[in-house]
Amino acid sequence: MPAAKQKDAGSRIRGSMRELREMDTLADGTSPVHARHPLAKLAVTITYVLTVVSFQKYDLTRLFVMVLYPAVLFSVTGLRLRTCLWKLRVVLPLVMAVGVFNPFFDRETLFTVGGAAVSGGVVSMLTLMLKGALCLMASYLLVATTRIEAICAALRAIHVPSVMVTMLLLTFRYVTLIGEEAAVMSDAYSLRAPGQRGIHYKAWGSFLGQLLLRSSDRAGELYASMQLRGFSGQFPYAKTARGTARDVIYAAAWIALFVLARRFDVTALIGGLMM
Amino acid sequence: MLTFRDVNFTYEKDRPVLRGVSFSVREGEAVGLIGANGAGKSTVLMLLTGLLAGEGEITVDGLPVTREHLAEIRSRIGFVMQDSDSQMFMPTVLEDMLFGPMNYGLSREEAERRADEVLARLDLAALKTRHNHRISGGEKRMAAIATVLTMAPKVLLLDEPTSALDPMNRRRVIRTLNELRETKLITSHDLDMIYDTCSRVLVLKDGRIAADGPAEEILKDAALLADCRLELPLRFQ
Repeated sequence: MPAAKQKDAGSRIRGSMRELREMDTLADGTSPVHARHPLAKLAVTITYVLTVVSFQKYDLTRLFVMVLYPAVLFSVTGLRLRTCLWKLRVVLPLVMAVGVFNPFFDRETLFTVGGAAVSGGVVSMLTLMLKGALCLMASYLLVATTRIEAICAALRAIHVPSVMVTMLLLTFRYVTLIGEEAAVMSDAYSLRAPGQRGIHYKAWGSFLGQLLLRSSDRAGELYASMQLRGFSGQFPYAKTARGTARDVIYAAAWIALFVLARRFDVTALIGGLMM
Repeated sequence: MLTFRDVNFTYEKDRPVLRGVSFSVREGEAVGLIGANGAGKSTVLMLLTGLLAGEGEITVDGLPVTREHLAEIRSRIGFVMQDSDSQMFMPTVLEDMLFGPMNYGLSREEAERRADEVLARLDLAALKTRHNHRISGGEKRMAAIATVLTMAPKVLLLDEPTSALDPMNRRRVIRTLNELRETKLITSHDLDMIYDTCSRVLVLKDGRIAADGPAEEILKDAALLADCRLELPLRFQ
């Protein structure tokens, strides 16, 4: 039945919004990582991302050490890697596609594996892919173990401008409302366009225009609701306890590990010791 | 408690929404604000909360609605929006209830104690830890009312509080509104609800107050209501 097929578009959008909301449920977990102060987790995540992206383009083997951080966190928090990969299924290929043309431009052989030459382009492509995947996983782990309000409070604590933090909060809280608007519009369209797959390109302009207008109205209402209850860019309601020595140790230990991994070739050291 | 003195407002040039509107609401009064679509009902509520700025004099609890008094005024007003989805933006009902009080300086413990009191008062304790996106429309409307009550407002502004509710939830909202002692200004097209909850009614027509009087009198005046593109409440038809 064409109408039923079309309705799936709206359902898919709603499904995606449900997935997004599930992040709040994940963030309510009780693991030791969930219990850490948001500022400690934010500092670790930022340092991790900066460290990962700072590796040179041929540093693939050295970069492997950085897998340790997400591996430990997945293990300790009980979060599932499969769920993470599923939630990142749209953005992960995009990020990983960044270096996909490197093998065509950089053909110089770096080393051979079993007689097969491996070019610099292939290594740099894999490095870029791994960097992208690791950074996304680290971001996922932060959001899945910390409420967005707590992350915003931590961002304010490090003096990120209020307007930027508010935008982040609104985007996170508001994107589900946009999704719902899009789902309703998609349903309304498909009910009057039986047999069509998706939205005809001729309707894209008006569809997006309407979505923008509706979204703008909803955003205005949401912000008004926040203003009416005293919101002024601060986050006193974020559920954060005072930082403890454990939080400091958690952050310091991870950051030290990242610096070591960046400064020294840990894989070569381990390999040397084993040889 | 609320005063409007010769207030004018326009969204677009040459198309005024409010024209010289004047009225006042006394402390503890429950007033219904009715009118056809586009008569300016929601605009009145937004002017009272300072979300819009018009010409004329508007005061809330003796304070003029000006930029310097907005924070104080908003701490005294609870605005229940027509669309609960826009109002309930935090993950759970409890967190939504804590949002306002904590922004106004209450500790988490104090805000949570207040939230518990409100939830008990409205018989909503079961909703406390529920996620907002998993509760029904009726529950969400009640939760939205609870959210503003946690701020202990002196005045409640309610924009279409019974729209899109089933009969049982509508009756529940009416019962709740009647139990609240705060000053209330309620806009709605549900004239039966207005009759059940308000002692006085203001009728807006073409941006002006067309009538102001006891609910019993106004809501039985078929000619007046018809002139304002409204109908008698169902119980009087």
